[in-house]
Amino acid sequence: MALEITQYLLSAQSPDAKVRTEAETILRQFQEQNLPGFLLSLSVELSNDGKPTESRRLAGIVLKNSLDAKETERKEQLLQQWVAIDLSFKSQIKASLLNTLSSSVREASHTASQVVAKIASIEIPRKEWLELVPSLLANMTQPDRPPSLKQATLETLGYVCEEISHEDLVQDEVNAVLTAVVQGMNVSELNPEVRLAATKALYNALDFARTNFDNEMERNYIMKVICDAALAKEIEIRQAAFECLVSIASTYYEVLEPYMQRIFELTSNAVRGDEDAVALQAVEFWSSICDEELEMQDYEVPQSGDSSPPHSQFIQKALPTLVPLLLETLLKQDEDQDQDDGIWNLAMAGGTCLGLVARTVGDAVVTLVMPFVETNISKTDWRSREAATYAFGSILEGPSIEKLSPMVNAGLEFLLNAMSDVNSHVKDTTAWTLSRIFELLHSPATGFSVITPANLQRILGVLLESIKDAPHVAEKVCGAIYFLAQGYEDAGPSSSLLTPYLTDILNSLITTAERTDGGDSKLSSSAYDTLNEVVRCTNLSETSQIIAKLLPAIMSKLEQTLSLQIVSSDDREKQGDLQASLCGVLQVIIQKLSSADETKPIILQVADQIMLLFLNVFACRSSTVHEEAMLAFGALAYATGPGFEKYMQEFYKYLEMGLHNFEEYQVCAISVGVVGDICRALDDKVLPYCDGIMTHLLKDLSSSELHRSVKPPIFSCFGDIALAIGEHFDKYIAYALPMMQSASEVCAQMDYSDEEMIDYGNQLRRSIFEAYSGILQGFKNSKVELMLPHAPHLLQFIELVAKDEQRDEGVTKAAVAVLGDLADALGSNIKTLFENCKFCTLLLRECLQSDDEQLKETATWAQGMIGRAFSASG
Amino acid sequence: MAPHDLRRPFKRAAISDQQRRRELSLQRQAQNRRDAQHQARFLAHTILSLQNDSTEPEQELESAPQVEQQAQDFDVRQAARLRGPEARRCFAKQLMLPEWMIDVPERLNTDWYVCARPAGKRCFVVSSNGTTVSRLRNGSMLHRFPSALPNGARTNNSSRSGQSYCILDCIFHEPDQTYYVIDMVCWAGMSLYECTAEFRFFWLNSKLVETGACNDPSPYHRYRFMTILIYNCDQEGLTAAYAGPAPYVKDGLLFYNKHAHYQPGNTPLVLVWKDESCSQYVIDTDSKGQIPDQQQVVLELLDDGRLATSDDPSIIFGCLEQDFIQKTELQAGNLLRFAISEGGLCFADGKLERADLHYLGKPNRARAFADSYSKVIFQYTARHSPLRIEHLLASINSVNEEENTDMVG
Repeated sequence: MALEITQYLLSAQSPDAKVRTEAETILRQFQEQNLPGFLLSLSVELSNDGKPTESRRLAGIVLKNSLDAKETERKEQLLQQWVAIDLSFKSQIKASLLNTLSSSVREASHTASQVVAKIASIEIPRKEWLELVPSLLANMTQPDRPPSLKQATLETLGYVCEEISHEDLVQDEVNAVLTAVVQGMNVSELNPEVRLAATKALYNALDFARTNFDNEMERNYIMKVICDAALAKEIEIRQAAFECLVSIASTYYEVLEPYMQRIFELTSNAVRGDEDAVALQAVEFWSSICDEELEMQDYEVPQSGDSSPPHSQFIQKALPTLVPLLLETLLKQDEDQDQDDGIWNLAMAGGTCLGLVARTVGDAVVTLVMPFVETNISKTDWRSREAATYAFGSILEGPSIEKLSPMVNAGLEFLLNAMSDVNSHVKDTTAWTLSRIFELLHSPATGFSVITPANLQRILGVLLESIKDAPHVAEKVCGAIYFLAQGYEDAGPSSSLLTPYLTDILNSLITTAERTDGGDSKLSSSAYDTLNEVVRCTNLSETSQIIAKLLPAIMSKLEQTLSLQIVSSDDREKQGDLQASLCGVLQVIIQKLSSADETKPIILQVADQIMLLFLNVFACRSSTVHEEAMLAFGALAYATGPGFEKYMQEFYKYLEMGLHNFEEYQVCAISVGVVGDICRALDDKVLPYCDGIMTHLLKDLSSSELHRSVKPPIFSCFGDIALAIGEHFDKYIAYALPMMQSASEVCAQMDYSDEEMIDYGNQLRRSIFEAYSGILQGFKNSKVELMLPHAPHLLQFIELVAKDEQRDEGVTKAAVAVLGDLADALGSNIKTLFENCKFCTLLLRECLQSDDEQLKETATWAQGMIGRAFSASG
Repeated sequence: MAPHDLRRPFKRAAISDQQRRRELSLQRQAQNRRDAQHQARFLAHTILSLQNDSTEPEQELESAPQVEQQAQDFDVRQAARLRGPEARRCFAKQLMLPEWMIDVPERLNTDWYVCARPAGKRCFVVSSNGTTVSRLRNGSMLHRFPSALPNGARTNNSSRSGQSYCILDCIFHEPDQTYYVIDMVCWAGMSLYECTAEFRFFWLNSKLVETGACNDPSPYHRYRFMTILIYNCDQEGLTAAYAGPAPYVKDGLLFYNKHAHYQPGNTPLVLVWKDESCSQYVIDTDSKGQIPDQQQVVLELLDDGRLATSDDPSIIFGCLEQDFIQKTELQAGNLLRFAISEGGLCFADGKLERADLHYLGKPNRARAFADSYSKVIFQYTARHSPLRIEHLLASINSVNEEENTDMVG
């Protein structure tokens, strides 16, 4: 029975908190005590044109939220809840929803169409509510139905298509839906609302139309209707039609050839003359074509297979007309486009597309773009100069270094001068172009760079001056410095080139990070991120003094954040951001200085202070742990080694907090990694904490809430713990081994057709091997007999992995290593186990023939261990 | 319409360091984990279970083959700390001693390596606790010096575990003051005793250079170490080792059986062979550097007066009468020098039946061992009917021919 709930729905939106809370309580009680009645009452409320819009709106929202949620767990729960409801209630609810579609109140019918789709998403895959599609179609075919009902019906069809999979409908239904939709889109449809709803519905139904697109006649008709709609009087229809074309570009690339001429005309007219909303979609069409062709080029397979889709070279063919079109768009900048990150305009879309075109066709784009650059780069109006620079920056990826380097070398000085242009957009784009140049054409490690000892001083002089410019320019300059430094990573002697400038660079970056004119903390974090890269890439043997001085400076900055006044949640967020950046910098410095024996003492001397700082940073928050501080802790544990023990008691509670943070799985994963660091630092001194740590890790493993990517690191972590505490791991065997075994069974049953799953499967398998390795090595000298009963299962698992051709090198290495560990630890016990293991021989042979020296070495070692086990007596 | 999610960052400064920090941390952790496991794999052999070869001569009876000897844990780290005679005794027993090649082993071209042996002092080089010590065959110390070997100098990578140490089997070559490494026994704490020669040479070649031990001498690396070229003992390899150039003065050829483990004491699985063109010292000289008219041998006097070689089990060359022993105040365990007189050596069924020995006196006190049987025989045949390089090459060729015929047939 439906109850009268209008008053509660209205009160629940009252500005008076007391009234609101009371109403909410009553509604919740109703929901808890009688869910079917509650949902029915909501649907009745929504369907009743006599009720106020406000109560109907809330009724619709509550209904939707009772059927669907973002989180998978909750979603599944709601689904089960709906399925369990009595059939007669469900029928009544659905009937009143379908009834609402014909409401003249647009908001009510719109909400109803969404709720219908939610119910459809539950029931249609279960082969229920089979009458839905026919009854919707009836709304379209019966002559007397009002346009508002047709509009709501088309909308519903679109949402239903969006919610369900194309496998849930039989082809007849698909045909009928498409017919109705295409009918509604046709020029003969005089009601623009209906035509718009139909065009939007088609967008959602395109995935269902594979069979129809395979049929030339049907395809021709659909494409004609879309192209016609792209010329409709109403801008929304034109935009929706172009959105359909964008979707077709990626879904049906292979059948587009006959329509490209027509589409080119449509898109170029739209780009040149239509409203931005339409023009943006027209550009997006070409970007999507680039995406398709780039992907085909990336996965280029030899011509032999006929299953791979044909590369139609659309971009190559359209190049002479497409590039000028895109160049025109670059001149349509907004006045304030660099102030606001959310802005997306024609110039940006055009530049982005030009960048994709350059990647798709390579060298061919250069000669088409350079005249534009040369003509415009010195013009008096800023738009020309900015557009020319943007065009230049956009084509730096794709063409060959040979083609680009003469131009870049010739243009570099010009760009450096442009950093003092009068217009800040020009400076912004110039700085961005410089960062692209350093990212793509500065690689001393491989012997090529546009930066030379001769021009480095000039470049840095300009950058360190420009970093004082407006915040948006400064941010791009940070990017340029970032990539400039990155080039010198692992670059051998040429990394010394940066050494004389290091102090100035660091000072400038710190000053930039301290600026307060940025509005938000973006400039500050860019500056710190850049600082990190600079520290990472410096030549430590020459710069240790400088880095050593940076350390206390950053520490005192972090110290200062502790006493920041926190009034609002905004303050807290800012404090958190700043602490994240500074912990990040400290982490990088710790890692850099502890990488060499000569500089490690610098860290050890201040380890107590750093540790205290980090603990205070942790204490700033009550329930969550700071991810960056956690990472930094790991780096410190690594640096201090056994000395970490004295901090362990304090640190432990935060470690625990991190280990059971299911929601922020990154934090959990990092905490797991830090356990590994601590194990290696403390060795058996970690023992007192192991009960707690293992409890958390086991809990994590059995949680279905925790993101699966954290699970492999946990297995590896078992290995770390076992290696550290040796025989004392015995008490965890009864818990850890079953987990490892069931995970290896999961691996065996995994679906390896999905690339993502292959990747995950490899990670999981490697980590299970690492767990075994750690345990075997840990037990080797005392309790190895505990592993004897588990050896056959491990061997089976190795065999399974050895026979899988999709295993990656990392898995192979881990498999061979664990084979050696087994022989090493169990000695002559393995003789009988290995007797019929032909796969061992094959695996070892494969590895010994590998080009990977590390793999070969591990295999040789494993072979040695097996040989030793067999030659040993006993 | 919002832009495509992928497009938006195109002109934004796209640097985000956080993900990079995460990834680099993960990389570091993975590397540390690899190192830790690596170390665990090798360190477990730190406590080397070397077989105790303190067998008393009485036990040399040819009883059941390979009686399991009482194994005794032998910790090289402990041994490295030993000083004086104790250390000498300990290390003197650790070198693998090649037998002399008195006939050509089967499957020479498939199962054996060959290399040119550098002329010089055979020694054991041990690096541990930040120093490096070389000891001669008799256990006495040759040099104590800093080296770039793992844990071979105090300034060395101090993060290296104190348990890490190395033992190399070397020949110290005076002219260029270089240690030529002819075998690797332990490396960075990993025992290679029970590994095949194939593996040991692979490890030797891949590890030694990495450490910088082959670099020129420096204050923290007093002597240079070098590997030697090891060839497969086929026609080409044998010719190269025999006649090819080498950076050192050659003293004969060494043959290693590929499958043999490193085994302290005499072994027939490593053989030495020489002739005049690849060695200056084919026929033994006396203390004055002269070749004596008659071949001299050093044998050990057993309790019952028998004269034994250093082999295990030893070969008996004869017996001294108790009168003579008492008269000359000789004691069991003494090493005695004899000349082989005109009667020479008589064989029956390939075994030594009788030797015509003439007592000369006690050898130089530095001698730690009696001669081995194979040495005596090699010296004997060198004086009478030497095993020539042609014989070695012929045995390789004959195998090849057999194979060829097989293929034709």
